Amino acid sequence: MKVFIDPPNSMILFDLVERFGHEPLSTMAALQERVDNLEVDMPPMNVTLDDVVRGLKYAGIEVPSGVRGRLAVWGPLIEEADAAIIVDDAPFGFGCVGCERSELMVKYLIRRRGIPALRLQYPETEEDGIEFVAKVKGFLEGLQ
Amino acid sequence: MIKIAQLSCGTEYSSVQYEIEKAARSVGAKIVYPDVSAADINKAVERFGFRPHSSQLKLMIARAIQLADGNFDADAVFITTCFRCAEAALVRNELRRFIQENTNLPVVTYSFTERMKASQLLTRMEALVTIVTRKELLARERQAGLTAGLDSGSSTTKAVVMLDNRIIGKSWTPSHDVVESATQVLNEALAEAGYEYKDLEAIGTTGYGRFTLGNHFSDKVKLVQEELTVNSKGAVWLADRQKGEATIIDIGGMDNKAITIRDGIPDNFTMGGVCAGASGRFLEMTSRRLKIDVTQLGALAEKGDWRNAKMNSYCSVFGIQDLVTTLGEGKSFEDVAAAACHSVAEQVYEQQLQEIDVRHPVIEVGGTSLISGLVKAVGEVLGEKPIVPENSQFIGAVGGALLSSGFL
Repeated sequence: MKVFIDPPNSMILFDLVERFGHEPLSTMAALQERVDNLEVDMPPMNVTLDDVVRGLKYAGIEVPSGVRGRLAVWGPLIEEADAAIIVDDAPFGFGCVGCERSELMVKYLIRRRGIPALRLQYPETEEDGIEFVAKVKGFLEGLQ
Repeated sequence: MIKIAQLSCGTEYSSVQYEIEKAARSVGAKIVYPDVSAADINKAVERFGFRPHSSQLKLMIARAIQLADGNFDADAVFITTCFRCAEAALVRNELRRFIQENTNLPVVTYSFTERMKASQLLTRMEALVTIVTRKELLARERQAGLTAGLDSGSSTTKAVVMLDNRIIGKSWTPSHDVVESATQVLNEALAEAGYEYKDLEAIGTTGYGRFTLGNHFSDKVKLVQEELTVNSKGAVWLADRQKGEATIIDIGGMDNKAITIRDGIPDNFTMGGVCAGASGRFLEMTSRRLKIDVTQLGALAEKGDWRNAKMNSYCSVFGIQDLVTTLGEGKSFEDVAAAACHSVAEQVYEQQLQEIDVRHPVIEVGGTSLISGLVKAVGEVLGEKPIVPENSQFIGAVGGALLSSGFL
């Protein structure tokens, strides 16, 4: 199944989803598509003006361009997802979306889709870490 | 190569990062990012004392601290965030202040939309590079020899001829063809000065048409420079404020600039454009509606009270509609003229002067400084009467003549 991960650039979540037999939907894949498209030349992220305009589907014109550009990347992934894993209060090293407003909207879009979603607090201790992985494993194994 | 440190949020997701780098490249500069380790970010935010929720804003703060501590080598700073983001706007302005208090680096701030193109940043980037690379030239206080300055502005083209630190010829005309307008005013200024083109030792060009004029008069042109630094030099020369601090407000025909200076050298500036409501263009439109010449608008406005003809919109189109409605209600032309001047002053104050720390005295220059009603309105908004030097509309041309003499 396709599992959206939040933070969408978390390598750890990406690896866990893949390890337990599902397809992670992440920033990396979405941007890779843009990098591979030779028509596009807008480094470093290859998010284009067209993308930002497409972001209007998720947020109005009064919303800052950085939010709409982010939602243009992640919005379609959330629409495509069969499930999602959300980690709250993750530090920089775990992954981040950079913008709090975008983050709020990503979480809301997942909720609005009504897909199975696992929401976890970022683990601060080793014990919590073990429990965290166990919960992710249980969730992913439970997906049909 | 000049290194401009970028502190930003949202540029890569707004499709504008490429444009920023393109603008920097076109003026011989390079965008760099102060190195920060993940472990430093939270410490930096704690030290700064402002704790934004967005992690990219936290990264901006950590990068600013690296610059303030001298851990990263840069020549100038560009701080930019998404237009309409309140959290980012707070961080942007406080970081600008922090950098200025803790470094000697020139700073420019900008809020972008996804439509921003490199050309919109060009003048700002060029000014940053000029401040870094031409510090000695910008420190020049006296004009020497026989030189001319050409200011090719959006509304008017101005020329000044100077000899040994005195203006001996000047002329202006409404801008039409860039080269034709400049040739006309240069010839008129030379005629007044009693010299011929061949006698000139150097020419400095500035304004929107500076590059075209630089090519056309290439045998004499020694300086082609953006109007932010050139105008500030012209302003301090005209106002005789070469030493100490000042703020220059230059409301032009198409844009407006607010520049803070220390000993005649700009160290921070903000430039508004695009919206005609904060420029001389709006006053021209008002004059047309009142069926008077724009030169008469100032005196008319001085007699009126803007409070009697309130405007609800800063937009030039809706603003004019407000004026039409007000006139229809039988309000006086004087009050309407005062309301138009107040609207421009208020908009410049709200959009530009919030981005810099106003230093005293305030020197108002540019063509619109001849409109006394606008000067009065700026004074009311600021709570301080601005200094308007003689020949204030010729700042760019004077700056061009002054700085180009540095190449003799």
